[in-house]
Amino acid sequence: MLLALRKRADIANPLLFFVTVLALLPLGVGPEPDLLAKMAPGMIWVMALLATMLSQESLFRGDFEDGTLEQLALLPQPLYFAVLAKSLVHWIATGLPLALLSPLLALMLNLPTEGYFCLFVSLFLGTASLSLIGAIGAALTVALRRPGLLLALIVMPLYVPVLIFGTGAVQAAIDGYAYSAQLAILAALLAAAAALAPLAAAGAIRISLDN
Amino acid sequence: MSVTNKSPAVLQVRDLACERDGRRLFEGLDFTLGAGAAIQVKGGNGAGKTTLLRTLIGSTSDYSGEILWRGQVFPQGLRAMREALLYIGHRGGVRGGLTPLENLTWYGATKTSALEALERVDLFGFEDSLCNSLSAGQNRRVALARMFLPQAPCLWILDEPLTALDVAGVAALEKQMTTHLGGGGSLLLTSHQPLNIMGLNFVDLSDCLVEESFSDTGGEHVFN
Repeated sequence: MLLALRKRADIANPLLFFVTVLALLPLGVGPEPDLLAKMAPGMIWVMALLATMLSQESLFRGDFEDGTLEQLALLPQPLYFAVLAKSLVHWIATGLPLALLSPLLALMLNLPTEGYFCLFVSLFLGTASLSLIGAIGAALTVALRRPGLLLALIVMPLYVPVLIFGTGAVQAAIDGYAYSAQLAILAALLAAAAALAPLAAAGAIRISLDN
Repeated sequence: MSVTNKSPAVLQVRDLACERDGRRLFEGLDFTLGAGAAIQVKGGNGAGKTTLLRTLIGSTSDYSGEILWRGQVFPQGLRAMREALLYIGHRGGVRGGLTPLENLTWYGATKTSALEALERVDLFGFEDSLCNSLSAGQNRRVALARMFLPQAPCLWILDEPLTALDVAGVAALEKQMTTHLGGGGSLLLTSHQPLNIMGLNFVDLSDCLVEESFSDTGGEHVFN
């Protein structure tokens, strides 16, 4: 399973999206350093969220089309672990590189240096939650031909808490406050998502296959 | 047509009726599959062959009637059944981005046994090319190579295994199926083509159509 996903060329797409949009941003809103610095945490987080969602659509699609998803569902082992493994791989392929790239983008957007570490950690934790939550949406829409918008509608509301605490942490770090509380909440969200999201996604896959 | 039951029943179906998208496909279907027995499910396009197989493997829960695995009623028997199941569906479960060898090892085969199985489906020399670049028949062979792995599960459920296969491929498959049955395995498959397997029995879904359903014994088949 890990082997299959390592071969995907899709990995580059969300990253390129992330970087290009953020590179275009100063051109759009004007290059005032103060304005950019103010917007940076939010913009980076929103773009990370969109980039994750962009790649989520294909999470189960290939497997569904070639029948391997059906084979996975037939295994005596619970589907839970298969979904967990898939989400983990998805995160390694998208979320982790995003988090690693974030200091570079923070520099481009003139984010105050106090925020760098916090931005990295919050993205590191947050994108993992996003991958797991997105798996639910991907599983629900896998049988549909064009799931794009529907997937966004299902997943976006669930992304909101992660976004709030992610940007909140970075903002607090910039303003010089303690930000460990927000990071702790992000970690708690991740723990909850890791425990529950694969369960929901596995159920959704069974429903999608049942037709 | 009724045959006396000699070997223990592996899979039993009693008064099964299946629906798809609110349309009743067939009803009153009864048959028994014993160890070492083979059944070919017949019926026209859209008669419900695939739906029947997907019901039997537990992918669809939209049915009425009873399915028993070694005497255990579904859904309790389903788990035990899946441990003994080899299912190859319409979509073969072959990843295009992987090579035939990687595909087979994904299904838990060791490298040597995977290579051996690929050689037996005549894919020797293709084990390292991507499945995307192989033909439809070759991809089907990759899927079917799972039948040639050692320690194959005892119940084979195959949906149209012969699609896109050439004459030699069909012959090799028939031989492997006969070996499987000789070893006490069971086989349930759908196909429009006649198969040359000793003791093959038939279930015809057109006997169990809703409009012209036979009142009592019409759909009764016991095979072993």
